[in-house]
Amino acid sequence: MNLFFKFDFHIVCKKVLEDKLNALNLDYELLGFGEIELKKKLTPKKYLALNASLNDYGIGIIESQKGILVQKIKDYIKDMVFNEKTNVNVKSSVYLSEKLGHSYSYLSSLFTEVTYSSIKNFIIIQKIEYAKQLILNTELNLTEIAFKLNYSSVAHLSTQFKNTTGITPTAFQRIIFKRREISQQKIN
Amino acid sequence: MQPNYIHIILADDDEDDRLFFTDVFEELKINTKVNTFNDGEDLMNYLNKVETIMPNVLFLDLNMPKKSGIECLTEIKGIHKMSEIAIAIYSTSASEEDIEQTFVLGANIYIKKPDSFEKLKKALSEVVSINWQYHTNNLNKDNFLLRL
Repeated sequence: MNLFFKFDFHIVCKKVLEDKLNALNLDYELLGFGEIELKKKLTPKKYLALNASLNDYGIGIIESQKGILVQKIKDYIKDMVFNEKTNVNVKSSVYLSEKLGHSYSYLSSLFTEVTYSSIKNFIIIQKIEYAKQLILNTELNLTEIAFKLNYSSVAHLSTQFKNTTGITPTAFQRIIFKRREISQQKIN
Repeated sequence: MQPNYIHIILADDDEDDRLFFTDVFEELKINTKVNTFNDGEDLMNYLNKVETIMPNVLFLDLNMPKKSGIECLTEIKGIHKMSEIAIAIYSTSASEEDIEQTFVLGANIYIKKPDSFEKLKKALSEVVSINWQYHTNNLNKDNFLLRL
């Protein structure tokens, strides 16, 4: 037996929103589609609970303008690190301010304010994450990985890896491979 | 979605250490919520409760009465709902063997207990800040190893 439905998306979304807000006992007023006014400030816990319960329905709370810009900075950095076409010798500061139309000093202080980390630091974390993936999942040796990630030398990559994680690339590889062996044994 | 705080649990039988930790977290810029336990058994009982919300980071002292840090670590790694917790081991031992062993068993972070409040503060703020990056940027937790 097949059933056919008709929907009114506007009503569906409004109902979901109301149900979730009521479930958390929030005092609110619907201001129009996509906007509500809360009578009291949300506690962080309730904010997370609300967002999580709405996420199930594909609804998310839109973060601040600042949050949106920081997300864009992150996306461009990831693109720089992971995409070999953009990963040429452009300085990241020049690249970011050109792409986003703001001065680098503005972007940089905004980034630190929102993420508690610097743009520079974020780039290093992303590069090391990429190096980890390459160490574990490819046959490339460290020299090739250093080249791929635009490091001036293997030594530079190894030092930055050690400074960031506290362990050497070789120890990292050994530990993860041992872990995989153990979980493999458990399965067999 | 940007969460606004990091939920931390600490299991350590030394009261002074627990106080030290909670003091440090209060001074950090990142908002944290901290629960503490005196031994491994209390900790595991709490984590195993159905209604418990899993923390983002769990600090485990290696030497604890009733259940040691290693026992807790092994147990946690076998439980699906706990798989997202970042596990930080901290201990007075800095033997290479101990360290590698805990990493292989699934720990993400290994901290040698620093001898001063200032150093502890620096180490913990690094842990929380890096963990925050993993937390907010969907980085691969399986590859998260940090030694301080």
